[in-house]
Amino acid sequence: MEKRVLFKSAWLPWVLVAPQMAIVLVFFFWPAGQALYQSVLQEDAFGTSREFVGWENFQRLFDDASYLASFKTTAVFSLWVAASSMSLALLLAVMANRVARLAGFYKTLLIWPYAVAPVVAGVLWLMLFASPYGVIAYALQAMGLPWNHLLDADHAMALIVMAAAWKQVSYNFLFFLAGLQSIPQSLIEAAAIDGASPWRRFWTIVFPLLAPTTFFLLVMNVIYAFFDTFGTVDAATHGGPGKDTSILVYKVYYDGFKALDMGGSAAQSVVLMLIVIALTVVQFRFVERKIEY
Amino acid sequence: MRSKAKLAIAALSALMLVPAQAQTEIQWWHSMGGALGEWVNDLARDFNASQKDYKVTPTFKGSYDESMTAAIAAFRAGNAPHILQVFEVGTATMMASKGAIKPVTEVMKEGGQKFDQNAYVPAVAGYYTAPNGQMLSFPFNSSTPVFHYNKDAFKAAGLDPEKPPTTWPEVALAAAKLKASGHKCPFTTSWISWTQLESFSAWHNVLFASKNNGFDGLDTRLVFNSPLHVRHIENLANMAKSGLFVYKGRGNAADATFVSGECAMATGSSALYGNVVRNGKFGYGIGTLPYYPDVQGAPQNTVIGGASLWVMNGKKATDYKGVAAFFSYLSQPEVAAKSHQRTGYLPVTKASFELTDKSGFYKKNPGTDVSVTQMIRKTTDKSRGVRLGNFVQVRTIIDEELEGVWAGKKAPKEALDLAVKRGNEQLERFQKANKS
Repeated sequence: MEKRVLFKSAWLPWVLVAPQMAIVLVFFFWPAGQALYQSVLQEDAFGTSREFVGWENFQRLFDDASYLASFKTTAVFSLWVAASSMSLALLLAVMANRVARLAGFYKTLLIWPYAVAPVVAGVLWLMLFASPYGVIAYALQAMGLPWNHLLDADHAMALIVMAAAWKQVSYNFLFFLAGLQSIPQSLIEAAAIDGASPWRRFWTIVFPLLAPTTFFLLVMNVIYAFFDTFGTVDAATHGGPGKDTSILVYKVYYDGFKALDMGGSAAQSVVLMLIVIALTVVQFRFVERKIEY
Repeated sequence: MRSKAKLAIAALSALMLVPAQAQTEIQWWHSMGGALGEWVNDLARDFNASQKDYKVTPTFKGSYDESMTAAIAAFRAGNAPHILQVFEVGTATMMASKGAIKPVTEVMKEGGQKFDQNAYVPAVAGYYTAPNGQMLSFPFNSSTPVFHYNKDAFKAAGLDPEKPPTTWPEVALAAAKLKASGHKCPFTTSWISWTQLESFSAWHNVLFASKNNGFDGLDTRLVFNSPLHVRHIENLANMAKSGLFVYKGRGNAADATFVSGECAMATGSSALYGNVVRNGKFGYGIGTLPYYPDVQGAPQNTVIGGASLWVMNGKKATDYKGVAAFFSYLSQPEVAAKSHQRTGYLPVTKASFELTDKSGFYKKNPGTDVSVTQMIRKTTDKSRGVRLGNFVQVRTIIDEELEGVWAGKKAPKEALDLAVKRGNEQLERFQKANKS
């Protein structure tokens, strides 16, 4: 079923969308255009000399084996962040949905981490795991599990996944909770009368009805992991050990803001932009079709 | 009427507060936090109190790379600060950005200040001097790597607290004793590339990069995969395997572990001095950087780190007069000597060193002269320092490759070869980008 509002006036709809269009143009299209432009230039740090180099920045990227390797790192990281933060958020949302007393209190606490800046999240988790005096590192050590994210690639990856996912749980929680509350109670009650166990009711009724929310969150989480996590990585691991936690967006940040290579950094942003456009198109074309809103 | 009169009085008194002659404000962006930040603020305050025409306003802009990025963004937008503190690895980038900076020699000349380049400590000023003899930036806070050790831990391990190890074999022996006494972190280091490869090369009078470490041209290439370098990294890798050397992360992350007492010995910047004196709760000793006694010519001298002050281009002539006056103030023997004694940074001028020496400071604070004696030696072409383009990336590459060694995943030779190869790609790019 299509919903369509008809305006009598020819200009009113344009006026109404104008503020949003202005924001999109200024904050999305303009910077994206700048990135496209810079990606074909080579500049010195201060921008006093600037040379058109065509595809050279892109050529250099794809000749670099470590850049190609960081695609894999990014895929692993994004999947872990999306999977862990979404499943944890779903669990918390289902539980919070049942709480009768102090519901507001729990919800507030669960939403809180969303306000934490990515860098702060990175530092926070780093302090928990800093060996040997971080609380969790100390506890692990006591259990005979030495923790060393400075040299162990798996530990380092786990650390940034935890820091990045923890922040995102709040966001996912909010949407899952809203999704749960919009599921008609009558369906669940009918199933209960038919003798379905709570476990069965969840997987056959609640979870499928949450699919639009889950799908939306999957897109949002992957985009989050792709773009918003460079601060977390910088604070927690600097992309190390070696390049084992150097995800794509961290390299964009490092090359642009630490190494002052604007052209190379812009070329990487363009690649990232293409990836996310492709991901979104694929998901909306093929996945959304199967989901009934 | 009454309220109008009140308003008039208020307006008048507000006017009175403004000095008759407007001061010229000099913006100074720096990266000195904590105890060092207080030092910078004190310098500006004292300079402002010493005269009436100029007002230096220091602003903390985050770590070295953050303040450099901020200044670049500001320069592109046309509001760069007058003075920018840039770390030594940014030197080649600043030198290549001719339109963005104004050489200090020019600033001093136009500012009408007496300026004698020979008054500055050559090992320090030489690093910031162009091939044509022009001093490009003001050598504000230069440090050099030294060997820090915890005297209390030495005593507990049965080592002589007044005799720090001076060679790498001795370091390994001392570390073994510390470990036997129950110490979890006998030895660590901050700034791996700076202490273990760059200074290591100069200290043993071998090259880190060709073309005299980049001083003689942009076509310089890395050469730190020689047998001597491999031997040293192998030695450290063995120490890491047996728990004698503990890796504590990139940059200066290891500094905190020495100050807290967690690690007993550390190679790091001489400027750690002020921090340890203030926050360390143990007997603190400084020794010279260790070396291999069988290498001919060792020990030579160590290379500088720290930062210098660059003057940004495109400001008014009166502003530059203020900058020149401020630099003259910083070079005054008393001011420079006080800075040196307070921070552990190297003395800027020869006179300030002599003043400190005469005052008996080195005798009262044993170890504080280590950095000076390591630096104030006749340098060779191989030991003058390391000046490379894209140096930030080169250092990160070294960090990345060596982490593979400490984790036991890569052989030292393999890691150094790879670091040289990857680093050279960066040098080639810098050479290409700055041909003209």
